[in-house]
Parts: sequence; C-alpha cells; structure tokens
Amino acid sequence: MIQSVIMAGFGGQGILLIGNMLAYAALGEGKHVTYMPAYGVEMRGGTANCTVVVSDEPIGSPIVGKPDAVIVMNLPSLKKFESWIKPEGKLFLNTSLAPADERTREDIAFYPIPANDLASQMGNARLANMILIGAYVKATGIVSQDALIDSLSKVISERNARFIPQNIEAIKLGADQVETANP
Amino acid sequence: MQAAEKKVFERPRTLKEVPFHFCPGCHHGIAHRMVAEAIDKFQLRERTIGVASVGCSVFLYDYFDVDVIEAPHGRAAAVATGVKRARNDRIVFSYQGDGDLASIGIAETIHTANRGENITIIFINNTVYGMTGGQLAPTTLLGQKTSTSPYGRDFMQDGYPIRMTEILATLEGTAFAARVAFTTPKNINMAKKAIEKAFQFQKEELGFTFVEVLSACPTNWGLSPVDSMKRVENEMIPYFPLGIFKERKAADVL
Amino acid sequence: MTEKQDLVKGNEAVAMGALDAGCRHYFGYPITPQSDIPEYLSYHLPKLGGEFVQAESEVAAINMLLGAAATGVRAMTSSSSPGISLMQEGLSYIAGSEIPIVIINMSRSGPGLGGIAPSQGDYFQAVKGGGHGDYHLLVLAPNSVQELYDLTILAFELAEKYRNPVMILGDAMIGQMKEPLLRRTPEKIVEYPKDWALTGAKGRPQRVLKSLYLKDGELTAHNWKLHQKYEAMKKDEIRYEEVFVEDAELILVAFGSAARISRTSVMMAREQGMKVGLFRPITLFPFPEPRLADFAKKDVGFFVVELNTGQMVEDVKIATAGRSVDFFGKPPGALPTPEEIFEKIREIYPG
Repeated sequence: MIQSVIMAGFGGQGILLIGNMLAYAALGEGKHVTYMPAYGVEMRGGTANCTVVVSDEPIGSPIVGKPDAVIVMNLPSLKKFESWIKPEGKLFLNTSLAPADERTREDIAFYPIPANDLASQMGNARLANMILIGAYVKATGIVSQDALIDSLSKVISERNARFIPQNIEAIKLGADQVETANP
Repeated sequence: MQAAEKKVFERPRTLKEVPFHFCPGCHHGIAHRMVAEAIDKFQLRERTIGVASVGCSVFLYDYFDVDVIEAPHGRAAAVATGVKRARNDRIVFSYQGDGDLASIGIAETIHTANRGENITIIFINNTVYGMTGGQLAPTTLLGQKTSTSPYGRDFMQDGYPIRMTEILATLEGTAFAARVAFTTPKNINMAKKAIEKAFQFQKEELGFTFVEVLSACPTNWGLSPVDSMKRVENEMIPYFPLGIFKERKAADVL
Repeated sequence: MTEKQDLVKGNEAVAMGALDAGCRHYFGYPITPQSDIPEYLSYHLPKLGGEFVQAESEVAAINMLLGAAATGVRAMTSSSSPGISLMQEGLSYIAGSEIPIVIINMSRSGPGLGGIAPSQGDYFQAVKGGGHGDYHLLVLAPNSVQELYDLTILAFELAEKYRNPVMILGDAMIGQMKEPLLRRTPEKIVEYPKDWALTGAKGRPQRVLKSLYLKDGELTAHNWKLHQKYEAMKKDEIRYEEVFVEDAELILVAFGSAARISRTSVMMAREQGMKVGLFRPITLFPFPEPRLADFAKKDVGFFVVELNTGQMVEDVKIATAGRSVDFFGKPPGALPTPEEIFEKIREIYPG
C-alpha cells in the first residue's frame, strides 16, 4: 500500500507544517515515508507546497507526478495541482479561499471544506491547515488520527505547546467535515 | 693552557644545518634566522607547526626543523587558522611574501587577524614578486620599475603601495603588529625583539600577531646587496615607517 | 548504539554522520541549499569541544580544512556548486598533499549563479578532477537520508584509508527531503595510522605536507604514486546497488536523486511486464565500470537518466562499449516525475 499527497497553498498557511505532521505520524506507525518540500525561490512568501509519500514498502521516488490526493489551500494551487491528481484520486479543497466552482475534474472525489471559515468560528483562523489535514487523514486512513495528533508535539515547539489542545480540536473538526462532505 | 672558549654565536636549533638557497643580499636568510631564534628562545620547536607560502619562501621546510605544511598561494593565513583550530596548544606561524599576503591573500590575512586567530604571521615586504621574476607587487613603491610596471608604478594605473601593518593594527583581533627592517644594528635589534614578542604573545594566547619585515631583493631590484640595503633605508622606510603599531596588554584581553 | 528512528532532513543526516564519525572540525561558508549543515554543526560542535568556523569565503574554508586535517583530526566542509567551484584550488592541493578530508556538495544548478534547484550538473567536476593536475576525489553518491548518514561516516574512513579527499555528491533534493533515519553510531570508529600528521616535531624527525616537487623525477614519481591509489580504489572501493537486473533487457543507470526517482519508474515498468532493471552507482569515482561491462556482454540495452544534459552517460558508454545507450536528461528547473521517466522507458523498451 502506497499513498502520495501534495499539499499546497500560500507561504504562511502552515502547509509544510502539516506535511511534516503526516510524515511524523507515518513514522510513528512504523511506515516508510518521504517528505519533500517544494524547493525554490518561492520558499519565502509566495506559494508553498510539499509532497508526502507513505508506504508499507521502501519508497522509490519522493517526487510524484500523479498524486493520490491533493490538499489545496488557495486558488493558485488549485489551478496548478488539480490536473495532477490521479483518476479516482481525492481533492481536499479549502473552499474559503478557492471556490468549489473553480474546479474542473469530475473523475476524482471532491472534499470541499471551508477551512478558514471553520477555523475562524473556532476563534483562530490559523487552524485552517489542521482542519484540512484532519479531514484528509480521516478520508484516506493513511495514518490513524491518534498518530496524527501525537505528531503535534514533534512539530510544535515547547514554547507553543499551549496551542496543542486547540490543534487537536481542529483536527477533529476537520475529520467531522469528511463525514458531512460529499465525495 | 688555553683560555676556556666561550661560544658567542651558533646556529639556532630550529634551523637545519644546510646553506640557504637565497640570492646574495636577500634578507630571507636573516628573517629565517630571527624566527628560528625566537622559537628557540621560548623552547617552542617541538610544538611548532609552520605554514609555508608560495614564493621564494616556500622552501621553509628545507631550513626549519619543524613540522611544515605548504599552503596554496595567498591562503597561508587560512591554513594556519585550520592548524591552530585543530591543535590549539601548538605554536603556528606562517611566513609570507607581499604578493602572497597583500595581494592574492589579503582577504584571508584580514579575516584571520579580525578573528584574532592566535597565530603569528611573518610578512616579508620587498616591494616586488621575487619568485616569478620581479613583477609589480601591491607594495611596489610609486615610480618603481618592475617587469610589469616598466614605466614605473603610477597610481592612476596601479593604485598606491599598501601598508599592511597599519591596516591590521586597526583590527580588534590583532594583538601585536610591527614593522621592522634590518638596515642598522639598532633596527636589527628592534626586529629581533618584535619577532620574539610576536611568538611570546602567541604563547600567552593574546591574539593575532604580525611582523612586517622590510626586505631587500637585490636580484629583482637590479642593485648590489649594499645598494639594496640603502634602498630599504632611504626609499622604503620613509613610506613604510618602522615601529610597533599595535601592542595589546594582557589585561586588554576580554 | 542508538537504535531509534527519527524523521530527519538529508542535510542534517550529513551533519549527524559527521559527528558520529568523530568529526569535530568544520569549516564552511553559507550557501543554499546546504546551510542546514553548518547551522546544525554550529550548534552541536561547541558542545562537543569541537571547532566550527564560518570562514570568510569558500576559498578560505577549504584551506582551513587543509590546515586542520594536516594535523590528523577528522575535518570537513560542505557547500553547493558555486562554492565547490571556489574550493577546487584547495582540493587540488589537498589531493596533491595527500591529506584526508571530507567535502559535501549538495549541488544546485549552474552554470554561473544558475539557481537553487536540484541538479547533477557537477558530475564531471566531481569525478574528472575539477582542480588542476592529475588527481581524483573519491566520490560517493547517496540517494536517501539514511545513506547520506551512512556514507558520510564511510567517507571519513575512506579519506584516511587512502589519504585522499572524499566527496559526498548529493543535491538539493536529497539534502532537503526528510525520511526516517536510524542513527547507528559506529561502535568503533575505523581509523588508520597517522604517521604523517603534523603535531610538532617532538622526539621524531620533521614532517612536511606539500605538493611542490621540483627535484628531478620527484613529481613524476609522486603522480604515479597517486595513480596507484586511484587504481587501488578501482579495485577495492566500487560500490553500487542493483534492482531487478538479473533478467533485465533494459538497464536504467542513474545515481543519487535521479536514481531515486527512477526506481519508481522501474517498478512501474515491471508492473507492466517489462524486464527493466536499475543499476545505481554509489561510487562515482571509482565508477562501477567492470560491473557494467559484465552486463554489456549480454544482450541488454542501457538507459541513462541524469539531472543534466548528459555527463555520466559518457562513462556508461565507455563501460558498455558497443551497446546501445539511450539517455534522458533533465537540466535543472523542474525535477522529472517517475511517470515522465516511465514514458521514456516505454518508448525505448526493446520490442
């Protein structure tokens, strides 16, 4: 079993953070994993993306041309990555910033999640990334939600540890969206 | 019965028993000897590592009976930094000419001084590239003819002769910076004291130490050894004044 | 012996490997995409009683390395393509003076300032010389975070074994990627006699490390001596990895990150019933020429994939003289995807 995902959005939306979380969660479950940040001049500001591959077998390429899923946090990333998704693959779209009607593919499962709005309702718009990764993990079963939650302590510094409960809440809220979303 | 002999002059232990290859009237031999005497004075030979540079002085290891590493052109200060950082209980010195230190290696020289590396540089300034056959050096005096400044050094073309000791003396990392010459007994005594002080400072870990030696190159100057000595006195010293430009007191060390 | 896996970035794995190999001296100058290495070491080395020096330039850094390693300590530097170019002079002196050092090239793209994207454009520079004179670096090309760590440790051993500079040739891709790493600290560091090291001539004759030989015949002899070392490396140090090569009708040859991506393409081909194998040189110098020559005796095609416009392919052609060698090159910009390489395999696959 091998699953790949590309996560993309603006710099500052916490894309690389949730990519790292997924990688740590996979490691925590004893799986093979590669995490590959997009590496370019866009590192600071502009768009950010990363590719995570999780597998029961040793992984060949950390670069993926046809990912099983894409998590998109803004409109430019939708335009760039929607076409990459494997047929029958999954698109997790932050509809707060990328309207659902901008998508074009009909052959993939679609998970519209108004992540920024939900995060704002929780009182912290910066939790949008957690909502999306929560939804993604729930829908794919790539790792357990527990493993994902455990990974928070790996990516959030001790100084910010007080935010962990909020993040857990957001992950769970994201997972709830999948049950209500319409694949 | 003969009177007991008193030895008043002998070869320093740090120098090997071989004749120098330097040209007649060249000051390298004197400078070599003074460095060796300073090493002997503080009994440092067995823990000294020398850095040879590219130029006439590259054969340092043929004369000094110490461990020596040969540096690429201009890089002796960086090499010395590496040696010292790896073996900080050893005495490390480099011995470099003006082309090596003040031209191609000026960045390494300045940064090594600025880091306050606890090493000693002996800088031989003879205003000319010796080994390659008398080309323009950064220290070549204005009007001086060399094989690449056949009309004499013109500041419009080549800028001005650079005063390394003054430059290095401005840096906080420099503990000792002096310019010396061998033109008179008084100056020779001063030179000897300065070189000794440089090694003493290194031994006491006070920081970067630097001694510039105004030196003659009769071959490339096209002068006799005696006239070369006069040139150092009459032409070089007025532009490159002798003296101690920086001397840190132990108490100054932070 | 540590037995815990952690998620580690490639660059940091290099730094960890260096520390676990007993390296306590680092000299470098910041350059993207390898600055994680000096950053990591600047934090850890002082705590271990080591020395970290941020030099004023790559030129200075490689010469500090020359000086430090000349005293017998394990020392290294790291940089990326433009910085490695600046170090070529020093490397030539280090090879000529037979001083063991480790140098990391997390290569980026050129020529010139180029860019910071992954590239394998430094293959020629790494394996054919780079600096002046008749010398070679021993070049190791890892393709995973674990291998970055393991080969860095090996690099220090090989450097001392041959008294020769050893280069780890990685690139921006494996330097930046994260993977699980098992930090298997060696129980015993393999070391070789250092009867050449400059420590001060106490109770023994003077030692000199140099590359200048002017006396009659000296330099000729020195060059032949170096040559013998390179021949010994060719005999004893060739390393490679093979995947599905036994029955392969087409052997894909790639190193480092290109090999990593290609591995998935080879699996795709196998799933389609195509008999495709992967041959990955781990040592780029010495190049696994004899092994490729063995394959060339059979009726097999070769397909070289590189992140450049064709460099290693020349060595594959020499090794497999007479066989057809196809090439797919991807100069820096975007990395090839496994799908893209698979399409090329399908185009050239026999029958």
